[in-house]
Amino acid sequence: MRVHAQRVGALLGGLLFPALSMADWTVNMTPGVTGTSNDIFNLHMTIFWICVAIGVVVFGIMFWSIFAHRKSQGAKPANFHENTMVEILWTLIPLVILVIMAIPATATLIDMYDTTESDIDIKVTGYQWKWQYEYINEDFGYFSNLTTPSDQIRNRQAKGENYLLEVDNPMVIPVGKKVRFLLTANDVIHSWWVPDFGVKKDAIPGFINEAWTRVDKPGTYRGQCTELCGKDHGFMPVVVKAVPEEEYNTWVADQKAAAEKERELTQKDWTMEELMERGKTAYATACAACHQADGSGAPPAFPALRGSAIATGDMAAHIDVVVNGVSGTAMQAFGGQLNEADLAAIITYERNAWGNKMGDMVTPKEIFDYKNQQ
Amino acid sequence: MAEQPANKTVPPRSNARVIGWCLASVAGMFAFGFALVPLYDVFCEITGINGKTSGRYESTERSVADMSRTIKVQFLAQNGPDMPWIFRPVARSVEVHPGEATTVNFYAENPTDRDMVGQAVPSLSPSEGALYFHKTECFCFNQQPLSAGQNTEMPLVFIVDQDLPSHITKLTLSYTLYDQGEPQAAVTETTSTTNKTIIDNG
Amino acid sequence: MSAVAGTHAQDHHHGPASGISRWLLTTNHKDIGSMYLIFSFTMFLLGGTMAMVIRAELFQPGLQIVQPEFFNQMTTMHGLIMVFGAVMPAFVGLANWMIPLMIGAPDMALPRMNNWSFWLLPCAFLILVSTLFMEGGAPNFGWTFYAPLSTTYGPPSTTFFIFAIHIMGVSSIMGAINVIATVLNMRAPGMTLMKMPMFVWTWLITAFLLIAVMPVLAGVVTMMLMDINFGTSFFNAAGGGDPVLFQHVFWFFGHPEVYIMILPAFGAISQIIPAFSRKRLFGYAFMVYATGAIALLSFLVWAHHMFTVGVPLAGQLFFMYATLLIAVPTGVKVFNWVATMFRGSLTLEAPMLFAIAFVILFSIGGFSGLMLAIAPADFQYHDTYFVVAHFHYVLVPGAIFGIFASAYFWLPKWTGYMYDETLAKTHFWLSFVGMNLAFFPMHFLGLAGMPRRIPDYALQFADFNMVSSIGAFMFGATQLLFLLIVVKCARGGVKAPAKPWEGAEGLEWEVPSPAPYHTFTTPPDVK
Repeated sequence: MRVHAQRVGALLGGLLFPALSMADWTVNMTPGVTGTSNDIFNLHMTIFWICVAIGVVVFGIMFWSIFAHRKSQGAKPANFHENTMVEILWTLIPLVILVIMAIPATATLIDMYDTTESDIDIKVTGYQWKWQYEYINEDFGYFSNLTTPSDQIRNRQAKGENYLLEVDNPMVIPVGKKVRFLLTANDVIHSWWVPDFGVKKDAIPGFINEAWTRVDKPGTYRGQCTELCGKDHGFMPVVVKAVPEEEYNTWVADQKAAAEKERELTQKDWTMEELMERGKTAYATACAACHQADGSGAPPAFPALRGSAIATGDMAAHIDVVVNGVSGTAMQAFGGQLNEADLAAIITYERNAWGNKMGDMVTPKEIFDYKNQQ
Repeated sequence: MAEQPANKTVPPRSNARVIGWCLASVAGMFAFGFALVPLYDVFCEITGINGKTSGRYESTERSVADMSRTIKVQFLAQNGPDMPWIFRPVARSVEVHPGEATTVNFYAENPTDRDMVGQAVPSLSPSEGALYFHKTECFCFNQQPLSAGQNTEMPLVFIVDQDLPSHITKLTLSYTLYDQGEPQAAVTETTSTTNKTIIDNG
Repeated sequence: MSAVAGTHAQDHHHGPASGISRWLLTTNHKDIGSMYLIFSFTMFLLGGTMAMVIRAELFQPGLQIVQPEFFNQMTTMHGLIMVFGAVMPAFVGLANWMIPLMIGAPDMALPRMNNWSFWLLPCAFLILVSTLFMEGGAPNFGWTFYAPLSTTYGPPSTTFFIFAIHIMGVSSIMGAINVIATVLNMRAPGMTLMKMPMFVWTWLITAFLLIAVMPVLAGVVTMMLMDINFGTSFFNAAGGGDPVLFQHVFWFFGHPEVYIMILPAFGAISQIIPAFSRKRLFGYAFMVYATGAIALLSFLVWAHHMFTVGVPLAGQLFFMYATLLIAVPTGVKVFNWVATMFRGSLTLEAPMLFAIAFVILFSIGGFSGLMLAIAPADFQYHDTYFVVAHFHYVLVPGAIFGIFASAYFWLPKWTGYMYDETLAKTHFWLSFVGMNLAFFPMHFLGLAGMPRRIPDYALQFADFNMVSSIGAFMFGATQLLFLLIVVKCARGGVKAPAKPWEGAEGLEWEVPSPAPYHTFTTPPDVK
């Protein structure tokens, strides 16, 4: 009971002091960690208090009328019903208030449209249902997938601290640098939002949008896709790690090395066990959202793979579906999204998991050759 | 039920006229909805909204390059859904002076075993800059057929206008390449078949 | 609402036919008005049930009741049904019943068309609801059906959805034409435009809005239809189209649509507040001008729904300023209502309670609208629960409370009996508390960063979602009480006099209660 009483107290406190922020009962916007987000926060509070002031005056007069001019109190109705002067007055006064609101809003907006040179450009591409981040000046990029296990979502496991707001590969940016985001989408419209940065921009297929930020405080910042993009719209979070510059530089070097290693992985000789092991993980991130972890799918949109004609049929056809997708359906072309090792592992896994017993395998090198020759 | 009790006074206006006006407005607004499509394109072209770049630029006068300014033009390339081609700019970015014509190439390769046609759709950011970015030659004006296994370098010739607002120092031009299906018999070899152009704003 | 608006002893004209053909073939504005209202309430319960599914899923984090696919179908259908099935038909029903009575006309100007425009609605919604049972499910792309999610990526049922939108569009347009013809041609002698009751005025302006924007909606869904089935590329970037164009065209319809859903409520409230304040409406002329100004401005603000799509700076500024400007005429209306109550002689019957709640809560929705209009701040609010809170504050205590207030206000005229005041007040207070409990925490959720249209959410949003769900269940269950009150009132009770409200004014109170099947066959004298 005590906990509940505290919560009610917190709720009331929250109602009275909107600037107050609490762990669970957060009632207000975050001031964030960038100049823009702070500007927005101040603007938000200014407008909010102006609205509160107007509300207090108008509702005050109204409640007083309701209270004092009740018939049961013997109130006799007055006879007035128009006054042009008053009408003009309450047209002009709000107009002035609006101008007062518009001035700081305009200044903030102009600042947000700053197009001066940036230090780092990151291309953000929205996919159903993941983000791709490409560091276009550094020649590497990767996908960022939700890592919250399905068991947590389906309530079979306790939910973790960052439930639904955790990814395998967060975006990494250096602090104190101007980072420019170039946003586009592959399939439908998505929207990339990090509340702490005050950045929200739509990612539109075929079009490019830009936004920028400069983060001064190192930390991990979390947001979500904010434009309805289909089934898993609620399951494609945005996670950005802001790190000191040296750490960022090390990270970039590591990423480049890793990209090189991926290329080597393609050339390496793989055993069935290695492929199956890698395939299980890769399948969970890239395929399980639609086809389910047990390969049962969600027909008719997402066919089952367990015992399916593709996964238990001709190898070449199976590779074709995974690499090139099936146009007109939700099956995407994964050839451009996954590296050869993952593609080979996933295909091998699909042919040999959940009772599919094809016994055959495809190596990353074969996929590499397939992609380059066909 | 049909009996409409007769009102003694004759209505000041006939119902037919009111209905006529209303239906005309309805038809007009329906047409307006469709008219918004070309109007929007025109509007975009005038204001540069949405980063839509305009079509082929016909230079009326010899432009003089403004050597005092340098603009960085950055190129992005991505594939539309289910597009298996390899598509990338040959150079990631170039530095140009406003007014000078610059040629860059994009590399495209069809790795599949079937003949295909692609169409690149351009978009420029910041969208304000779209007004000042002129393409005199672009692979995006036409569809691009590539037979199985074929690759090509596709040219883009552009001029950045001298009137580009001074606060813009970098332009990002992005192309999204879409699968347009199998090539039709009539247009196989050449890319200059203008009647296959489906994008007039590109 | 009224099965009893039937035979009356003093009715010298033909009474209604008996049996089902009375309802199928009727051209009587009162019958059609009743059918609209009953249809609307049915849709309100159906859309409300979907809202209950949504709130039940969001009661706790995690997926427990429905799958994300079905959740998206629920949010989409809830929106479509509430907008096109509950709110709009309710206002058309009120217009049918009250406009002829208020302007001293014997019926609507185009009675046969009136019958068609009603019967199209059940057809449209039968098609729309049947998509739930189709393969691939009902539309799942939100009531705003943004392309390409609704075109290239839409479920097979999208074509049926488009067809349903077409039919309800035709129905709305016919209803609007009827209102315009009635108001322009059927007024009793002496009933000049500037003597018309506010409800008639707001409806006339609404009807013009409908004529202007419903064809645009029809246009945009037709373009979708062509993109899906005939290979055009209006909204498909791959073919040279532009998904953002969809949003421009949609919101060109969508923003005036918002006012279509609120202006008639403004009108009804402008009837009710003076009646229970026993004082004439303050600033009648300015109320009319303000309504007109809101309607005109509503065409210039559509892109404020699209601040994050990448509109250039000049566009952002224009749409921000234009949107802020709408606050001026809206403010004028609120100030005039307050001035009407000021130094009146107030009583607080159910219609007045709903009307006062309307003024307060709609203003709160207006305030959050003002905040949303500030473009830079909108970058944080856009597509979060703050927006959900905003438009539910405008639509639930705005449109819906306006309809409840009207229903209680005119029920005695429709049924001939007084409703149960105690039950009605209970209905009000439970609705008021439930509604605020459901929607006020959504402001907090949005500001804390919860996106809209998600079936599951991060743990920090759990507490307020639970509060909100409890409020929603309370509000939902309370509406069954309204059904009970109306049925009870229609079946009997204290006989209502011709003018049951002391301060009410207008021609509708000069005919007996219940209003005879045919009224004003001889035009009344308007002083």
